[in-house]
Amino acid sequence: MPRRDDLSKILVLGSGPIVIGQAAEFDYSGAQACKVLLEEGYDVVLQNSNPATIMTDPEFATATYVEPLLPEVVARVIERERPDALLPTLGGQTALNLAKALYEDGTLARFGVELIGATYEAICRAEDREAFDATMRAAGLRTARNTIATDLSQARVALEAFGLPLIVRPAFTLGGRGGGIARTEEEFQQVVARGLAASPIGQVLIDESVLGWGEFELEVMRDGADNVVVVCSIENVDPMGVHTGDSVTVAPQMSLTDRQYQKLRDQAIAVIRAVGVETGGSNVQFAVNPATDEIVVIEMNPRVSRSSALASKATGFPIAKIAARLAVGYRLDEIPNDITKRTPASFEPAIDYVVVKWPRFAFEKFPGVDDRLSTHMKSVGEVMAIGRTFKQAFAKAMRSRELDAPPALGGDLLARLEVPAADRFDVLLEAFRRGASEADVRARTSIDPWFLRELRELAVDPEAAERGVRTYRAVDTCAAEFEAETPYYYSALERPPARHEIVRGDRPSVMILGSGPNRIGQGIEFDYCCVHAAMTVREADRDAVMVNCNPETVSTDYDTSDRLYFEPLTLDDVLAIVEVERPEGVIVQFGGQTPLKLAAGLAQPGVPLLGTSPEAIDLAEDRGRFGALLDGLALKAPPYATAHGAAAALAAAPGVGFPLLVRPSYVLGGRAMELVYSTDALADYLARTGANGGREIFLDRFLENAIEVDVDAICDGEDVWIGGIMQHVEEAGIHSGDSACVLPPHSLGGEMLREIRAATRAIALELGVVGLLNVQYGVLGDDLYVIEANPRASRTVPFVSKATGLPLAKLACRVMLGEKLEAMDLPDDPCGDHVSVKEAVLPFDRFAGTDALLGPEMRSTGEVMGVAPDFPAAFAKAQAAAGARLPQGGTAFLSVTDSDKPAVVGVAVQLHDLGFRIVATRGTAAAISRMGIPAERLNKLGEGSPHVVDEIERGGVELVINTPTGTAARADGYEIRRAAIARGVPCITTIAGGMAAARAIAAARQGTWEVRSLQEIHGTSGTAAVPG
Amino acid sequence: MTGAYVLLEDGVRFDGEACGAPGPAIGEVVFTTGMSGYQESVTDPSFHAQLLTFTAPMVGNYGASDAAMESAWAHARGAIMREAVNAADAPSAELGWLDWLRERGVPGITGVDTRALVRHIRDAGSMLGGIFPAAVEEEEARRLIAAEPPMTGRDLAREVTPAAPKVYAGDGSGPRIVALDTGIKASIIRNFTGRGATLELLPCTTSAEEVLARGADGIFLVPGPGDPAAMGYLVDTVRALIGRTPVFGICLGHQILSQAVGLETFKLPFGHRGGNHPVKDVRTGRIAITSQNHGFAVRGEAGVPLETDFGEAMLTHVNLYDGTIEGIRLLEVPAGCVQYHPEAGPGPHDSLGLFDEFIEEIEAASPHA
Repeated sequence: MPRRDDLSKILVLGSGPIVIGQAAEFDYSGAQACKVLLEEGYDVVLQNSNPATIMTDPEFATATYVEPLLPEVVARVIERERPDALLPTLGGQTALNLAKALYEDGTLARFGVELIGATYEAICRAEDREAFDATMRAAGLRTARNTIATDLSQARVALEAFGLPLIVRPAFTLGGRGGGIARTEEEFQQVVARGLAASPIGQVLIDESVLGWGEFELEVMRDGADNVVVVCSIENVDPMGVHTGDSVTVAPQMSLTDRQYQKLRDQAIAVIRAVGVETGGSNVQFAVNPATDEIVVIEMNPRVSRSSALASKATGFPIAKIAARLAVGYRLDEIPNDITKRTPASFEPAIDYVVVKWPRFAFEKFPGVDDRLSTHMKSVGEVMAIGRTFKQAFAKAMRSRELDAPPALGGDLLARLEVPAADRFDVLLEAFRRGASEADVRARTSIDPWFLRELRELAVDPEAAERGVRTYRAVDTCAAEFEAETPYYYSALERPPARHEIVRGDRPSVMILGSGPNRIGQGIEFDYCCVHAAMTVREADRDAVMVNCNPETVSTDYDTSDRLYFEPLTLDDVLAIVEVERPEGVIVQFGGQTPLKLAAGLAQPGVPLLGTSPEAIDLAEDRGRFGALLDGLALKAPPYATAHGAAAALAAAPGVGFPLLVRPSYVLGGRAMELVYSTDALADYLARTGANGGREIFLDRFLENAIEVDVDAICDGEDVWIGGIMQHVEEAGIHSGDSACVLPPHSLGGEMLREIRAATRAIALELGVVGLLNVQYGVLGDDLYVIEANPRASRTVPFVSKATGLPLAKLACRVMLGEKLEAMDLPDDPCGDHVSVKEAVLPFDRFAGTDALLGPEMRSTGEVMGVAPDFPAAFAKAQAAAGARLPQGGTAFLSVTDSDKPAVVGVAVQLHDLGFRIVATRGTAAAISRMGIPAERLNKLGEGSPHVVDEIERGGVELVINTPTGTAARADGYEIRRAAIARGVPCITTIAGGMAAARAIAAARQGTWEVRSLQEIHGTSGTAAVPG
Repeated sequence: MTGAYVLLEDGVRFDGEACGAPGPAIGEVVFTTGMSGYQESVTDPSFHAQLLTFTAPMVGNYGASDAAMESAWAHARGAIMREAVNAADAPSAELGWLDWLRERGVPGITGVDTRALVRHIRDAGSMLGGIFPAAVEEEEARRLIAAEPPMTGRDLAREVTPAAPKVYAGDGSGPRIVALDTGIKASIIRNFTGRGATLELLPCTTSAEEVLARGADGIFLVPGPGDPAAMGYLVDTVRALIGRTPVFGICLGHQILSQAVGLETFKLPFGHRGGNHPVKDVRTGRIAITSQNHGFAVRGEAGVPLETDFGEAMLTHVNLYDGTIEGIRLLEVPAGCVQYHPEAGPGPHDSLGLFDEFIEEIEAASPHA
């Protein structure tokens, strides 16, 4: 069955913003799919709201729609583009849910769009718990005894029948969002209520507990001729009970006998057949009780998944790429194995190494949240490490994590192990070091004895695992049975004479250091920049050499570079690669703080760094030196002080003036940064963060009510080109990563813009930047303040590139390779006549217990972009894309701090004119009523029921505008925001955001959104080239 | 641990640590890419007189148990591993893997850069070699290797065949199948008896007359070690049996059947051993992931008609890795065979249906009472 010629145009849906449970892996899989479909000669229409993805680069599709992933918007794209087919299996749960909705509302039938990859029926059989159970039973497979409940009384039946503990999972959510384990009756009630609310169909599955059983996953692929292969087996070191996304996992499986494994394999194949996934990849999860040989099917995803991305990276078998080819008619044996070139894809990889995946958490960002691990995924990123033995891989994964601080290893370690937490393996190793037995640990963790023995050996004799010579080995899908052509390497420690397997020609190489695990503050944006650097290096006739350890990303696709080293980004690991590669230069500017931190260590032994010198980086980072530089340029900066220790900080504070921003030095994403309004608050911060001794603390005057501006520019040492000026929607003080921003600025005058350009130029040249520079400004009245300058790729580079149609990272990379801006013929003002809005996506809905408040500490996991002819429409699109769809009418609840009371009236007027019923707390209601706008008073929490939280929970509020009250008394606001997020009600926490929302609602009233492709917007439509 | 090394016929040496039974061990050095089933492999008679290199990074994870025995003995002469594990804490483990090797007299070596070794064999071809304690001088080691006969031309079936017939009874519902035992595996026995068949195993030197005298409903040709070209007596026996009752062969049995109908066999450069080779049934287009363990193959090409002494034959299965023949069916007499191992043990179960097909064929030919 060769390529289907009856199709000519295929719609691919991406997965939208990065959220917990749905991250960069879908950019990796989607980008692969788009590439393959273009190669096969199809027209590809892509829709994805996430601008920081490689897949939304215009050359990856014939038409790229950066538009909200909502059924009616996809329907608009379908109406306009008239695709023959929709491929929904590569964009995560988001794409699958959209496909389902569009099938059910008749859109697909109306426009004659065929679902390829998975049929509607197969999607339902896999996703609907009841249907899945029935399907499994019919296939003779066992699922955990369970029941489906749509309310609490139904749920109670299960409680009586199965007993505690029970596992509760909502239907149709990603990463198990809203689910959990109930060990007590009280927990049971809470988890069921949360699960019912989280499920879009109000349904939860209550499972008999298989806690403590082994958890296994098999990645299965099936073609249209019913050929099935199992690409990879993955064993969770954490037993059942910890979400697989939060588990440390190992490939291939380690502890099962051949018979047990083959039984799993048989069942995985039976599952994909029974569900009826016609073509493509699926992930099947099992619980196995090795003592009794019982196997229980937990779930299956009829699409590529986070695990399939991991399996692809772990084996070299590109699941998404093959899934795309299968979807358009090919059979597995008609597709060549990319790695060997000579053998077909209809095989199962054999691997001669061990892969360990380790999740990366960000609990430090969300004080107060429940940091116990359970069936509800909480990690924000992951690393993968490859070693020749389990111990080698495990040790490598541990050092790949790049923890900000080593885990605290105090207290009763064994007691700590009883509840799985982010630091459980650090604790476990320490417990072994202190003499705990395997039985001690087993009793508390249920971890398989095989792992415990290995881990104890690693703990007591770490050198044994590290013995040998570092040698680079290829990932070849076949355990060296055939020659591999694809240069994808990892370091193995072997007995001499260990020979490298690196194959390279004569071309000089440029090494690009990636950004390591995704975390808050350092996400896919940096991977995007690294991928662009690799593309540019290749275009410049050099070998691009990528170093990274994040399995989710496009950068770690072996296709992206000429040589990929899947290695930790530590100085030692990177220097070892430099040793064998001898690169012409190393790029540290594109991967965020991770490679930047290595710059000095690399420069010291003479490794050539491309672009901005480490000296210039230091000049920008060092407050004193940078302040002097600004003084020399006659540029203003907010008053600041650097203090060593708490006492010095308290002494310096009055000189800086309140309110002030306080943070420790060298932070990422505003980590541990806080806004304080008084000496008492500062003292409290210093005590909480343990500021002591010589640790540097930065104090910055906070520019209250200032407009914040972000500028991305490129400098070649002689010329400066301004790529984009973005105005934040929220006032200064909200971390730039969490703030919505607009390009071009919507309310800055021409004079101010000229001033900003001039200041950016001056700073770039004075710093001696060669490559990218990001400058953040505060505009207060007519005054421009420089907040900070970062001579490296910023989080906004992909957004600016999508908004302007100019690839900033590529241009910067060319400059770093020696080209001059002058020769590039870049437009002075690349904005065009459209407006682009970037909005942050926050994980508050996943972290029950944390305050859903924006502040100087970055907390967003991802971003979306809205493009329209004007600001309000673009803002409305961005909000909708971020999942906070603005209502068209109904009740708006307003409650603002005193200083916002004058401004809130303007918002209220607009909302009133739009027909909203206004409800407000006493003070706010009074301010609004005084201006003649009817506002009903609603009780605050302390004023008794029915109060605002009751109203929100009852569904009586459609929009919340609630600004924080500065210092104390945050409890009310906290409860309001929590309730709003739980109900999915848009919750706006700044007055500027409220204004923008009101205007956006007005704009949305004017009719349906127009959708336009990036190719049309930037005048580059036509046939897409197959990207290199 | 004490040092040990692998020395190959061509002088290439790989160091490691001694484990299992004391060395040395000499044999043909081969590798398997199977990721589980180490004990099944070592007890598979087809590995007789071979030193088995595991590409799997960790070997011994779940210990050893009687349930994993494919025959009564360890047939591989040695085990070459990257990292051997000796623990018996898995629920099914009765003994640690290295303790088991020691008990069974199989020398092992661990800590070997097996990937480098495999790449060498892949490029240079399978060759003789040995596992030696570090104390053995290389010169002595070379002498020992030189004394080992080459695999080509070697009849090893006689070394593994039983001295007397043995019967494995099913529940009586199936046919009576007689096999010339060149190295039977427990998985094959289970597959026949589990389908109700009775399997009688005869020494491989049994004559055709004696076989027929056993009243077989079907004849099964067993896998096993060695060079099929060196087993003329067996080929002659089989030739005399073809056409009498349905015949089905696996692996060596496939090669013997092919020779018996006039086809040729040859030695593969480094063999097929593992559990991941795709094999296509050219009649249906279906692909099976197969368990493989063979150093020789039948000459022929997909798409080229096979003319045999028993009339036209059809190439039914082909290996998608290298295009070699994986299955043949004679069109004028009831006989067919596959090169790979449908019985798995270890490996995937995709082809278990071949046992059903054989039994159905027997029943169609001579309806069982």
